[in-house]
Amino acid sequence: MQLGIFTIGDVTQDPTTGRTPTENERIKATVAIARKAEEVGMDVFATGQHHNPPFVAPANPPILMAHLAAQTEKIQLGTATTLITTTDPVRIAEDYSYVQHLADGRVDLTLGRGNTGPVYPWFGKDIRQGIPLAVENYQLLYRLWREQSVNYSGRFRTPLQGFTATPRPLDDVPPFVWHGSIRSPEIPEQAAFYGDGFFHNNIFWNKEHTERMVDFYRQRYEYYGHGSYDQAIVGLGGQVFMAKNSQDARRTFRPYFDNAPVYGHGPSLEDFTEQTPLTVGSPQQVIERTLSFREYAGDYQRQLFLVDHAGLPLKTVLEQMDILGEEVIPVLRKEFDAARPAHVPEAPTHESLVARHAAGKDPIPGGGPDSQAAKDRAQQAEAAQRDHENAK
Amino acid sequence: MTDRLTLAVVTAGLSEDSTTTRLGEAIAQAASTTVENAGQHVDIQVIQLRDLAHGLTDMMITHVASRAVQDAIDTVLTADGLIAASPTYKASYSGLFKQFFDVIDESALENLPTVVAATGGSPRHSLVLDTAMRPLLSYLKALVLPLGIYAASEDWGHNDLQRRIDRVGASLGTMLLAGSQGSAGSTDGASHGDAARPGLRREVKDDFSDVPDFASLLASVGS
Repeated sequence: MQLGIFTIGDVTQDPTTGRTPTENERIKATVAIARKAEEVGMDVFATGQHHNPPFVAPANPPILMAHLAAQTEKIQLGTATTLITTTDPVRIAEDYSYVQHLADGRVDLTLGRGNTGPVYPWFGKDIRQGIPLAVENYQLLYRLWREQSVNYSGRFRTPLQGFTATPRPLDDVPPFVWHGSIRSPEIPEQAAFYGDGFFHNNIFWNKEHTERMVDFYRQRYEYYGHGSYDQAIVGLGGQVFMAKNSQDARRTFRPYFDNAPVYGHGPSLEDFTEQTPLTVGSPQQVIERTLSFREYAGDYQRQLFLVDHAGLPLKTVLEQMDILGEEVIPVLRKEFDAARPAHVPEAPTHESLVARHAAGKDPIPGGGPDSQAAKDRAQQAEAAQRDHENAK
Repeated sequence: MTDRLTLAVVTAGLSEDSTTTRLGEAIAQAASTTVENAGQHVDIQVIQLRDLAHGLTDMMITHVASRAVQDAIDTVLTADGLIAASPTYKASYSGLFKQFFDVIDESALENLPTVVAATGGSPRHSLVLDTAMRPLLSYLKALVLPLGIYAASEDWGHNDLQRRIDRVGASLGTMLLAGSQGSAGSTDGASHGDAARPGLRREVKDDFSDVPDFASLLASVGS
């Protein structure tokens, strides 16, 4: 089980002091938070990608990831999310390969479409084409990382003739890709087709939505023959705030919650805690709630927490991470690992992907010959052939 | 075979004894009488938007439906008929009334027999049914009945209002019966919304029921 944090890099006024950090302070705080994540024994630090205030998540995450790679030893560096719709897939291929080399393979990425309408036209795109953009751009990214010389023409970018993305991925094994979506079933379908991971942010919606998305992804993963239903690679988000006792946690967090970007000035803390996976309470309550995600998502591979948003000062965030590292994560890791059956894999790492590649077991997009998908395709082809014969 | 029918009354009335809610319920009763006379039964489910006001605002902001809001949406989604009732505020339906229909899926009301009803302080607002309520519900593809009811304060003192209510209720009741006959042949336990009506079909859409297979998604972008 990989346990870590993800950040959206919001620059938000601290509602209790009225102070807004400068962009420089927020960026440096992000670095401090990532270093702290490694220090307290977390497995993953993932950064968002943003192009608009009030966010200072990098417009190109590999810039931050490269910096962190130089300052850390072990922690996996990821994204939450990389915008597959508005970022040129050629630059994603090249920049993430480069940082993968710098980080000795400690890199993966989660692709998302981005739901900030104004961003799309800045990059010459149209939000209504979100799904087709995600489909076409990822297909190109997938090929750029695996084919030495790419000929390509598509709807959304200039054609390529004999193009080689450089550098090539480390050990010829591309970074692992998670596909993130809150409510569009086409995205778990995409993740399943390629045998990639599926990440649900699990923050803004009730758990029934997360459950449907994960269930659908698992079904389709099995259909495409990449493994059984319970072997699909699932990641979840979550949001926590802790204190020794739950009253203190609620009292401290409430002003931040009430004024938070996205959901602030809306539901009460109590309602939102009940309706979504947000947990504000004692470390024990966070442990119990997080372990309960298994009940609707199955045995999953990655759990990321949002801890640094809504204007929480750096000092508080680092304290929260201390509690996570000391009291929560060791218990979660032990419990999740104990509960997971032996045939359910861990989250992929560069080492496991290199071994898989060497063994010739890379997933075949759309499913290998033994998959149900391949059988259905053969049957359809046969039926079409029969129709053709009969028509003669 | 008797099909159990449900009729949803969505009312944006605000006061404890609201004329808007009274009007909606009276139409439902009248429809029920028509249905009972034909030997069938209709469950009337009243959705008081006042009780959902906070939940609807929260949902606007976060997309998360509270249990109560989700129950209300599901009630409308699976109903056989709808009475939509609002007080007239500033020459239109109230903001609360619109909020409910703003959070409902585009296809949720498709082919749903619907009566529009409104109340107001002055008879001079009676066109609110046709200038505000019909366009909204037509946009949502509801089957809005030609007859609706606008009741001004002064109408509550006249017998004529009950006559109009009975007339509207009868035509809604007849629509409900027509729908139930259309589905009387189906005996499987398929979801309620699949019930076929003569010449029309109401389907409750499931996001996951027709996800295109990825190969066709790829083909559609030409990759």
